[in-house]
Amino acid sequence: MPEAVAAARPRRWEGLDRAVPIWLLAAAALLLLILLPLGWLAYMSVRSDAGFTLAHYVRVLGDPTLQKALWNTVVLALWSGLVALVIGAPLAWLTARTDLPWRRSIQHLVMASFVTPPFLGAFAWVMLAGPNAGYINRLYRDWTGATDPLINIFSMPGLIFVVAIYTFPYVYIMIANTLGLIASDLEDAASILGAGRLQVARTITLPMVLPAILSGFILAVLQALALFGSPAILALPAGFHTVTTQLWAFFQYPPRVEMAAAFSMPLLLATALLLLAQKKLLGRRGYAAVGGKGGQRRVIRLGGWRYPALGACLVVLGAAVFLPYGILLKAAFSRAWAQPLTAENFTLDNWSFTFLSLTTQSAIVNTIELGVLTACVGAGLATLLAYVTNRRIVVGHQVLAFLAVAPVVIPGVVLAVALFVAYTRPPFLLYGTLWILFLAYLTKEMPVGYSQSDATLRGIHPELEEAGRILGAGRFRVLREITAPLARSGIIATWCFVFIGVIRELSASIILFSPNTKVISVVIFDLKEEGQFGAIAVLGVFMLVMTFVTVVVMQTLLGRDVMRGRQAGGAA
Amino acid sequence: MTHRRRPITLLAVFLTLGLTLGLAGWVAEARAQDPRLEAARKEGKVVWYTSLALTSSEKVAKLFEAAYPGVKVEVQRTGSQRILQRMMQELQANIHNVDVVHTSDAGHYVLLKEKKLLMRYTPAGVDAFAAGFKDKDGYHYGLRATVNVIAYNTKAIPAAEAPRTWKDLLDPKWRGRLVTAHPGYSGVIATHVLALVHLHGWDYFKALAQNKPMLVQSAVDPSGVVASGERPVAVDGGDYTFYQVKKKGNPVEIVYPKEGVPLVVSPSAITSFAPHPNAARLFTDFIFSREIQQVLADTEGLYSGHPQVTYPTDKPRMSDLKLLPVDAEELEKRNEEIKTRFVEFFGA
Repeated sequence: MPEAVAAARPRRWEGLDRAVPIWLLAAAALLLLILLPLGWLAYMSVRSDAGFTLAHYVRVLGDPTLQKALWNTVVLALWSGLVALVIGAPLAWLTARTDLPWRRSIQHLVMASFVTPPFLGAFAWVMLAGPNAGYINRLYRDWTGATDPLINIFSMPGLIFVVAIYTFPYVYIMIANTLGLIASDLEDAASILGAGRLQVARTITLPMVLPAILSGFILAVLQALALFGSPAILALPAGFHTVTTQLWAFFQYPPRVEMAAAFSMPLLLATALLLLAQKKLLGRRGYAAVGGKGGQRRVIRLGGWRYPALGACLVVLGAAVFLPYGILLKAAFSRAWAQPLTAENFTLDNWSFTFLSLTTQSAIVNTIELGVLTACVGAGLATLLAYVTNRRIVVGHQVLAFLAVAPVVIPGVVLAVALFVAYTRPPFLLYGTLWILFLAYLTKEMPVGYSQSDATLRGIHPELEEAGRILGAGRFRVLREITAPLARSGIIATWCFVFIGVIRELSASIILFSPNTKVISVVIFDLKEEGQFGAIAVLGVFMLVMTFVTVVVMQTLLGRDVMRGRQAGGAA
Repeated sequence: MTHRRRPITLLAVFLTLGLTLGLAGWVAEARAQDPRLEAARKEGKVVWYTSLALTSSEKVAKLFEAAYPGVKVEVQRTGSQRILQRMMQELQANIHNVDVVHTSDAGHYVLLKEKKLLMRYTPAGVDAFAAGFKDKDGYHYGLRATVNVIAYNTKAIPAAEAPRTWKDLLDPKWRGRLVTAHPGYSGVIATHVLALVHLHGWDYFKALAQNKPMLVQSAVDPSGVVASGERPVAVDGGDYTFYQVKKKGNPVEIVYPKEGVPLVVSPSAITSFAPHPNAARLFTDFIFSREIQQVLADTEGLYSGHPQVTYPTDKPRMSDLKLLPVDAEELEKRNEEIKTRFVEFFGA
């Protein structure tokens, strides 16, 4: 490879005359997208009328209420990560390595939990496990005659539970993918040498999947750190803040943007460090047995444990998918969500009220417009960047690759604060337009898009392109006629991932929207603040349908399981 | 019996129909002659930032659109404090979007007037309104009024045990059974907090926080929470929201504490930078008209400043209540204090 690159270089520069500006433009766009807002954010956090100051940091870090919010976030993130691990790891092992019944369906249901907007899940769980009116608690009281609730969802443990059931898919994906790559030879060898089943698991399998477990854990923690919707729905009623809800509260009138900027920094730092740790873990691929193809993976027989294991899986998926979806559907057709769905309580009013409202209509249009636009530009830009970095076309392509995935460390709320600061003043006055949301979404989805495109382009060998070039085609023609058709399905997948990510985005939108640029998630949040359960359920169902239609379209177009390949993503 | 009655019923139907049609025709004619209508039609729409409950504000908008075809109402409903926040954020970015602004925090109008963000406009017929509904300088007028009350779920709590006074809510037996809305979101609640601080001091809220109420945002939300039974007692919230929920058949009862009920008059004003000034004036006249004020009283359970408006018989008269009004200037000045102390006591 290196020799080929070296040999091709003189010729490549000659042929690049028309293409180079485009690569450079893509690179510049990326720089602008990420560095400008973050630069402003850093500047705002130390700015005062008198010049440089650390006063904002002193105030933010010294305030006991804010310290509490910080501590709550730490507790939430670590516990959520742990619970996600406890749920995700066994589930991954069961579906990847054992003869568990209905493995495929369970995989698909994990996928469903993965694409469910966490704030919708949190909202549904308010109806399921509100301490008094929640379904589960009412059933529990009826059965046992107890006066105390079984679960109080408006509490830290409740919040951790709801966050974990929507972040465990990150752990699941990491571990399931790794387990799929480990051959059984080593395990067999250990068995032959007389190790028991548990000992094999402990001494052979576990060490091999340990990096995946840790990095899945870190991903789950990252997700939990960045979440806004679930804490806003579950923590605020219980009277406590997390960093993200506190950042959002700084925007109440009179806004304290400097404080928000300073308070963003600990979160940014934490996510950056965690991601660095994860990279270190995954980068240390000293595990020769992982990653190769070949070698047989034997299915482990569960014997008498098959059905209990299935039961456990169904409990998890019931909590993440069946129960929330069911209660949302029910609420969408009920006058009073807490009453049984009798003929008297049945209504279509929620639907007509929701869809006849001008606010909702324009929010739906805005959401779809933004989704399509961001997905098109995002998929295009991500593919270009992945191409540039994979084919090493410009100097500093490593920097580009880094920048493309860098936004993963920026929680949505922090990104929104940064964009708000950057684009409410000249030269870029974008607040109040859809463009500021577009920029937020594009930046936020870039890591996902880039990772997906990168994986696609890695799979396309440059030989084919080089053959085309040798036969006299320009780079654009090669791209159009050779690379693009080969990368087609990868690009479609990127498009769909970005689209799904955009239509469920809440944490950045909630700060960047203006009344004319509301999106569905923001409308849902507004309705939540007014307690309009029926309308929220309707919009939630609508959002889920949109998501699943996208997933189904993608799967039909690509004919494969789309869950593999996506390993890092943004929180909603 | 039915036989004998039919002709009269029919006659009544015809009469009503005829009257309605005639009236509608007359109203339509009167409106067609309104020269402002043409100007408003050219503008096409009016943008209304409102803290009136979503269902109610959408209803008013639909009525206006039916009365003035060709002029749309863009309803942006959110909490009073969020409205101010959005408006200021937009102005900072040089966006002029809102025509008519309506919140439940009278203090906002002190601030907006001071910043010269309001247009002086006196809606037709508003002179006759009660004194507490009028700005002496003619910038804003009270579109509606409500009082903060206690409400409870009758299935969960027998009437004999229900709290009767604000102080009753401090009883430890209510621990974990209360719900409160938030002054950082709702103007109704900000007003309520200030009124009760005058009555019982901040210690009242400090003690109330010991009972760990559930925190919701909008002053509309406690009614839903009580109706669903999630928390059986609401410690605040506009009486009209409970009234509506009760009317829908929910097991909710309203208590007007005898210490007095905080009165919330929610002003409406046109902005000085209104992009659709004619539509804004037309709309403002419309919402202050007897018809709409009567609709707000009948179907929404709100109080009005209009002297001719009649009220449902199952609601107490405003004159029968001991009202606790607050001073708008003071509300403006202490806004920050109200929010901070509330968060300090209640946690978020």
